[in-house]
Parts: sequence; C-alpha cells; structure tokens
Amino acid sequence: MALDKTEVEKIAHLARLHISESEAEEVTTRITDILTLIDQMQSVDTEAVEPLAHPLDVVQRLRVDEVTEENQRDTLQQLAPASEDGLYLVPKVLD
Amino acid sequence: MEWETVIGLEVHVSLSTKSKLFSGSSTEFGAEPNTQANIFDCALPGTLPVFNEEALRMAVRFGVAIGAEIGKRSVFDRKNYFYPDLPKGYQVTQLDFPTVGKGALTVTLADGSEKVIGVTRAHIEENAGKSLHEEFHGMSGIDLNRAGEPLLEIVSEPEITSAEEAVAYLKKLHTIIRYLDISDAIMAQGSMRCDVNVSIRPKGETELGTRTEIKNINSFRFVEKAIYSEVERQQEILEDGGRIIQETRRYNADKDITTSMRSKEVANDYRYFPEPDLLPVVIDDEYIAAVKAQLPELPDARKARFMDEYALSNYDAGVLVSSREMAEYYEIVASKSGDSKLAANWVSQDLLGMLNKNNLEITDSPIQAERLATLIARIKDSTISGKIAKTVFEAMITEASDVDAIIEAKGLKQVTDSGEIEKLVLEVIENNPAQVQQYKDGKEQVIGFLVGQCMQLSKGKANPGQVNELLREKMQ
Repeated sequence: MALDKTEVEKIAHLARLHISESEAEEVTTRITDILTLIDQMQSVDTEAVEPLAHPLDVVQRLRVDEVTEENQRDTLQQLAPASEDGLYLVPKVLD
Repeated sequence: MEWETVIGLEVHVSLSTKSKLFSGSSTEFGAEPNTQANIFDCALPGTLPVFNEEALRMAVRFGVAIGAEIGKRSVFDRKNYFYPDLPKGYQVTQLDFPTVGKGALTVTLADGSEKVIGVTRAHIEENAGKSLHEEFHGMSGIDLNRAGEPLLEIVSEPEITSAEEAVAYLKKLHTIIRYLDISDAIMAQGSMRCDVNVSIRPKGETELGTRTEIKNINSFRFVEKAIYSEVERQQEILEDGGRIIQETRRYNADKDITTSMRSKEVANDYRYFPEPDLLPVVIDDEYIAAVKAQLPELPDARKARFMDEYALSNYDAGVLVSSREMAEYYEIVASKSGDSKLAANWVSQDLLGMLNKNNLEITDSPIQAERLATLIARIKDSTISGKIAKTVFEAMITEASDVDAIIEAKGLKQVTDSGEIEKLVLEVIENNPAQVQQYKDGKEQVIGFLVGQCMQLSKGKANPGQVNELLREKMQ
C-alpha cells in the first residue's frame, strides 16, 4: 500500500505536525515503507490468534474510590505560560 | 410521500464516584476552577492512569440492571483529537471491548402500549474539561476540574421511531440510573447529556437514510422539539429532490431549528488505538453475581408490586415509580395511612402538583410522608372531610406543626354531632321551601343542592353522609 502526498499532509494535519514541502517527499517514502512492512505482516495467517490488547500478560489493578489529591493549582499554574482567575489561558479556540 | 423516522440516542451519564476515573482528584461539583486537577489531569509527562474500581462497579451495575451482556474483559482505547480542554490530546474510552454489551429497555408510551428498545452497548470513558470563551484578552480560559471525571456512554439501537419514543426511552433510562444511584443524571447540570442521531426514509424502505447527529441537548423537552424540527428539515430537503449531508448539528431552542456545526465527512478521524498505559480489565462471574445481588428493586418490578400489593392502576403505579424518591415516599404514606388508593391520589395529584408549582423536589417537600399519612388517616376516621383536608394540606405547606394541631387550631374538625347537624338541616329546609317542595314532588336530584347548602352553612365541616341521611328523614 502506497500513500500519496495529500494523504500524508492530512495525517500531519490531524497530528498537528508541520511538514515542509521538502520533508513531505521523504516522509511519504518512509511511511509507505512502514505500510509495506505491515502488508507483509498481514499475509501471515492469524485466524486462530486472539487479538492482543497489551504486550504484558497481566490484568489491570484497580484503585479504591478515594480522594487522595490535594489542590495544587498555584504550583501547577506557575508552569503555565498564562493563567487568570484560576483558569489556564490558551489561544482562542472556537468550534 | 410517507416517511418514517429512525432515531438512535447516545446518552452520556456522569458517574457519581468520589474521585476521578484515573486519578485521585475530587469530583465534587462547583469547586473553584482547576482546584481539582492534579498533575495527571493536566497531562504532565510521566504521569500514569490508575483505574477507579467504583466506576467499573457502577458500569456493571447498570449493565446487569438492563439485562445486558457484561464484558468480562474490557479494553481501553485512545480517541485522538486536539482541543485545549483535553490536555492529553486523546480521550480514554472503550472501542471494541466495552464493559457493557447488548441489553434492552422496556418503555411505556402515552397510549399505554409497551415497546422494547435495544441498547447496543455502554462504555466507560473520561470527560473533558471546560473551555470558557469570554474575553480573556482574546484568549480562552480552561478549567480542568471536569477533565477525567468518569462517564458512561449508553448507545441505543436505531430502533426509536418517533420523538415520543425517544423521550420515553430517555425518561426510562433516567429513572433506572437514579434507582441504581450511579449518577445524579441532571440534564440541566450536564450530568446527563444526549446526542440524537436522526434519519428518515420512505415508509417500507429497509435501507437507512443518511443521518445527522444533534449534539448536547440538555432537556427532555428540547430532545422532543429538536427531533420534530430536524425531521421536518430533512423531509423538506428530500421532497425538494435534495440530499442529506452527514454532519453534526446543534439545536437552537430560541428559533426552534437545528443548525450545522461541522461536517463529519471531512473533520473526524480519531485514529483509535489500544491505550498502552492501561491493561485489560478482567472480571469474573462471581464479580457480576455480587453486583447483581446488590441491585435495588428496579422500576418495572416495583410497578408490578405496587399494582399487586396496593391495588393501583397501571397508570397510577407508573407515575409513582417514575422516581425512586417518590416511590419510597408513597410507600410510607400508604402503609401509615392505611389507605393505599387514597394515598396514591394525594401523592400523585396534590403533593406532586404542589411540588411542581413551587419548583421543589420531593426530597425537599415541606410536607413529609408521615404528616401526609396522618392527614389521610384523619379523613379515614372522619375527623375531617376530604374537602377540608385540602385546606389542612395548604396549611401544612407553611406550618410545620403536626396535623392534629392544625385541625384543632383552625377549628376544622368535622361536625358529626347529630344535634348540630340537625340544626343545620332544619335551617336549610326552612330557608329553601321551593326546593323542599320539589323534592317532595319527586325531584330526587334536588337533594344535592340541599346537601350543598348545609355544607356551606357548616363551612364544609359537616359530615356529608350524615347530612344527606338527616335531610331525607326530615323531608319525608
């Protein structure tokens, strides 16, 4: 399976990655290489194999429903570029 | 052309755990912004999720309540999209292996008929934070208190064929969730939210038409109105030879129309993959059996018991079990007053009417169940008449004193003393010679007028049965 440049640009947009014209070509080749490898893997007969959700053969441990965290707003907001009235400020977003 | 409507509902319910789905931050409602958002909720690098056992138990509790298949092995997935109130850049949800599989709800429609509506699945996922777009110098404000709170998304089969059925389904879901005590499920506060998928097709057609999704409707009434308006819009387009675009729409209640939000065809590609930070969640039959054993009596079972135990009609029982709190209130009134039928009337009419008028929940009722039971007991033992009881009821709303004290203080006791009633009867006979003559001439129905006169004279306190009897005796 080969990808064309438009598809690569769409994937980059979804991942919010900027790819320049010159990079686009190389990235397209590299992703196509990965997909070719996957095509190869898909030719293996996996009819009798259960899909694997996680490489570790263990199950999730559960946490008791208790509030264990304290308010750390002041500390955390020192890390943020901008905050006001207790809110984190980000560039304006609208649907 | 005749059209038929196909509706599927996606309902998000906020599970009422104390802490978040994957962190120990509080979920308390109404806290100062970002005071309940720790390093994990803010998605700082290196933090990892730890699954809340109570969220799992609540999801399974819902599943067994609707007779659903329970996923003994559920797997979390990442749904990727970028929005500032989702700091991780993905929402943790369950795609292929949800905790709750296929189940069903039975709803009762206005004409009394019943319909079974399938539930495709219900999966556990995390909520996003809140974006505030007011003026912050051209920026948006983000509150992450809600980020990571547990949600259960309940997806119906596209088996709903009208706005009425959609509302009946939602109300039933709401009732069950409240009985199970797994969420407040208050639509106005966002702890229950509904997305509606609507399509239409020519009657008899088996293929589904192109659907639109109306997002985030926050009341039962708006769900109903949004469906009517969207169906009408789709009909107009198709009848004009147009084509429906698959897209997300928003309901504008002021104008009673739906408007386009974004086109799903191009925008959404969530690139799901299994969440590597969480292992599969495994539960066994024993776990499921234990959750099942702890289920409360559910609305359908309670309704059947009310009809059987208290001899109530299908309708009355349905009204009384529609909320757990009202059903519990009713049972106290019925057992303490000793008259289940009268109790049903008082609770479903007088009490409910008073609560609606004052915008109160039954849990905040100024008249507690025990007091209402005493009032009914006083009707039963003839201390007061049914009519006077309404006056006492009004007084009970504002006065906290006990029922007998109110009756005493206002001098509302029914007059059963035959001497006093005789006085009333004789006075009425004397003042209404024409009507008395009519009665004597065989016009039986005049008795009603005369009884009414006696009741008025006694200010409603005379025992109407005694009055009736004595009037007839005196006019013979």
